[in-house]
Amino acid sequence: MKEKMGSKRKRMKRRKFLKYSGVGIGLMLGATWLGRNPLRRAVFDLGETMLPPYVGNTSPLVWLQVSQKNEIILHSSKVEMGQGTFTSLAQLAAEELEIGFDKIKVVHAASISGNVDGFSTGGSTSIATLWNPMREMAATMREMLKAKAAEKLGIDIADLSVTKDCKISSGTKEISFGEIVEGVADWYIPETPVLKDASKFQYIGKPLARVDLNDKVFGAPIFGMDASYPDMLYASVLRSQLVDAKMSNFDFSEAENMPGVVKIVSENGFVGVVAKSQIEAEAARQKIKFDYKVNKDWSLADVEKAITVGNGTKTVFQKVGKAIDEKDKKSELVRMEFRSPIGAHAQIEPSGAVANYKDGKVEIKISTQVVNITRKEVAKALGISKEDVNIIPTFLGGGFGRRLHTPNAIEAAIMSRAVGKPVKSFFSRKQEFQNDTFRPPSHHVMQARLSDKGEILALEHSIAGGDTAFNSALVPFSIVKPIIRADIGSIRGGAINYDGIPNHRGTYYHVDLPFATSFWRSLGLLSNAFAIESFMDELAIKTKQDPIQMRLNYIKDENPYHARLKKVISTCAEKAGYTDEVVNGRAMGFAATIDAGTPCAQVVEVSIVDNEIKVHKVTAVMDCGLAVNPDQVKAQVEGCICMGISAAMFEKMDLRDNMLHPTIYGPYEMALMRDSPKEIDVHLIQGVDVPMPVGEPPLGPIGAAIGNAVRRLTGRRLVEMPLSLG
Amino acid sequence: MKVFFKINGLDQSVEIQDGNTPLLWIIRDMLNLKGTKFGCGKAACGACTIHVDGEAVRSCSYSIKSIDGKEVTTIEGLGTEENPHPVQQAWIEHVVPQCGYCQPGFMMATAALLKKIPNPTDEDINDNIVNVCRCATYYRMRKAIHRAAEINSIPSNLKVQK
Repeated sequence: MKEKMGSKRKRMKRRKFLKYSGVGIGLMLGATWLGRNPLRRAVFDLGETMLPPYVGNTSPLVWLQVSQKNEIILHSSKVEMGQGTFTSLAQLAAEELEIGFDKIKVVHAASISGNVDGFSTGGSTSIATLWNPMREMAATMREMLKAKAAEKLGIDIADLSVTKDCKISSGTKEISFGEIVEGVADWYIPETPVLKDASKFQYIGKPLARVDLNDKVFGAPIFGMDASYPDMLYASVLRSQLVDAKMSNFDFSEAENMPGVVKIVSENGFVGVVAKSQIEAEAARQKIKFDYKVNKDWSLADVEKAITVGNGTKTVFQKVGKAIDEKDKKSELVRMEFRSPIGAHAQIEPSGAVANYKDGKVEIKISTQVVNITRKEVAKALGISKEDVNIIPTFLGGGFGRRLHTPNAIEAAIMSRAVGKPVKSFFSRKQEFQNDTFRPPSHHVMQARLSDKGEILALEHSIAGGDTAFNSALVPFSIVKPIIRADIGSIRGGAINYDGIPNHRGTYYHVDLPFATSFWRSLGLLSNAFAIESFMDELAIKTKQDPIQMRLNYIKDENPYHARLKKVISTCAEKAGYTDEVVNGRAMGFAATIDAGTPCAQVVEVSIVDNEIKVHKVTAVMDCGLAVNPDQVKAQVEGCICMGISAAMFEKMDLRDNMLHPTIYGPYEMALMRDSPKEIDVHLIQGVDVPMPVGEPPLGPIGAAIGNAVRRLTGRRLVEMPLSLG
Repeated sequence: MKVFFKINGLDQSVEIQDGNTPLLWIIRDMLNLKGTKFGCGKAACGACTIHVDGEAVRSCSYSIKSIDGKEVTTIEGLGTEENPHPVQQAWIEHVVPQCGYCQPGFMMATAALLKKIPNPTDEDINDNIVNVCRCATYYRMRKAIHRAAEINSIPSNLKVQK
């Protein structure tokens, strides 16, 4: 076994790696009203555009390893859930290591390696925040290898260069990376070398094939649900089918005698059946008898009544100029309301974990977006130190925010400890639908003041919604509520970008719901954009203006983010050949958003077939800065568009008699092949020379764009998702 | 009971108490072929699609006893990296997978479709490929399905080996 760099750290020179935020701080502050408004709103303004720094280890000694095959193994602290992060990280590393792209193998870093992301894989930030650290680590490692090669070959370092196949060569003499690291106990970490100029990039900006492509095409066992241990048992945990209800008076007598049952574990507030097979565990779990104690009766109507602007804790998150006075009769007041439903994650790989507890230590193989939190929570629940918990992340069969909560890891670990064997515990599909951490439903009130000339004098967006970021392990409610009050996830995409309107504001009402709601890809963006961009379209129609030009007229150039948004808007209209006219039974709809600093505009082409909305074509323009892998950026845009069509046109959860429905695909309607547009035309603009978020921003415009097209086709303004002509 | 069948070309026998046990669990947990995925257990998502005597079936809802004497193919038997099935080759060319979890089911469904309809229209694809992909890779999948049909139509002696 070749020595892993990092196993000996005693005498190495420590240097502090700088924390990067992706864009210059000056640019970010330029985008805010800091100093003119209270600090809280400045935080929200920053939240709209700012990238957090990468929180985690940035030493090449824990990220990069020379393998026995003389290749580089990149131990990623970010997990791969389809977004293509592994591929882009390999591109960044290969670029500065100056080796072949095919010589890098990317794996998930086990938490025991010390390379643990301090926060999460989410928020579309992985590549944007690792852009500099990853390249710096690779460049530093290259110099470390070169220095050691110079020593071993007895050749001046200036005469050495790296070859594509992981060797260091003087032209006449060469030594492989493997030979270089052989027997080296201490590494000297030099000052970070100057990074390559963009004009010299060989891999960055190229549409290289995904590094996980073959594994995923030939069915390799790479997912959490594929993980196993010898002599492993299977478990099924009892979960409440009712919201706002407690289970009690358990009777295990029948369940205990079911075939294959090894043990019924009742600990730490949950009940789980451990059996010899998955099927036996589930069959026995269904035989557990218990009583429900319902706290309060709930139906969907009760939820919608609660989620209504005016209810809950109010926070103004954006405030420019004066508030609209509804009694003022001097100018026309336009008001519309919008709603979005409860959305399920519905990722195909259910939540679950495989745990192996032995001698006071536990190893857990799991699809998780929060390695660090999973580890901490398991350690706390088991009463052991976090060093005794090794989280081995697997490839995720979809993330979408579902795996930012991993109580399933705790359950698997406790059951493994209870039976003294490895235990695999997964949600059933029904549980996945009933016990999801849903996208909260929302209610939006849009209001505008119009002058008699049709100018927009004021624009206001009020949102009511449940927890998104609040009450998650990432954003503990008790800490942040008094400080920021507005759920930073729910208001994502909720601010007015039309800063040319002299008076504009955003207000948020936080409402408590009787079931868990949390992060769902793009958080509040889809529904907030649906409200704002539908309303803008309605204002354009009402004031007889071109919807594109009207938007451009109300965005100032001073704010660099807004300037990029303007370019995205005009480019998209041009690429799509946007027209207000209905042509051959098809109408176009337009919408544009900024999310996490990435503007995206979309034009959809829609027709009505048998009273159903049909999306034929989507033209998308996005400015995500430098696209490290343009093909995979496009894949994310395509995926966001089709997932957005699904969420905006089909998906909704119902609540009857305290029970969430449906609990299976099909009845939980989703867009399938037949519903996905045959044409998706993606154009990327590089408005800044660093990578910006990609994985969620393209989900913003789609719902509103479809609604806007339907308005032009039918004269009807759809104000509720899922969009339906009914 | 004992059930005899062929899986990916090899003879296999399984001793099982309950003949109604879904084939999916036999494939995944007894035969350790993990490429076939669990998604819902109710034949609603298609992640577990395999071939039984060349027909696409959803193995989570297909009993082990009903495959006695039949031939089963899973993603592991569809093609290899050295010799990919045309569907897999097309999937690689169009870089279809994102998270990848549902993809084996889609590829198996597509391979079965191409056997029945070698050159499917968009309507054929809409009607026959009804699995669920949460990453919503449908746009590339459609292109890859047409491409697989095209690769299939090339006489094998003219095919470029990858």
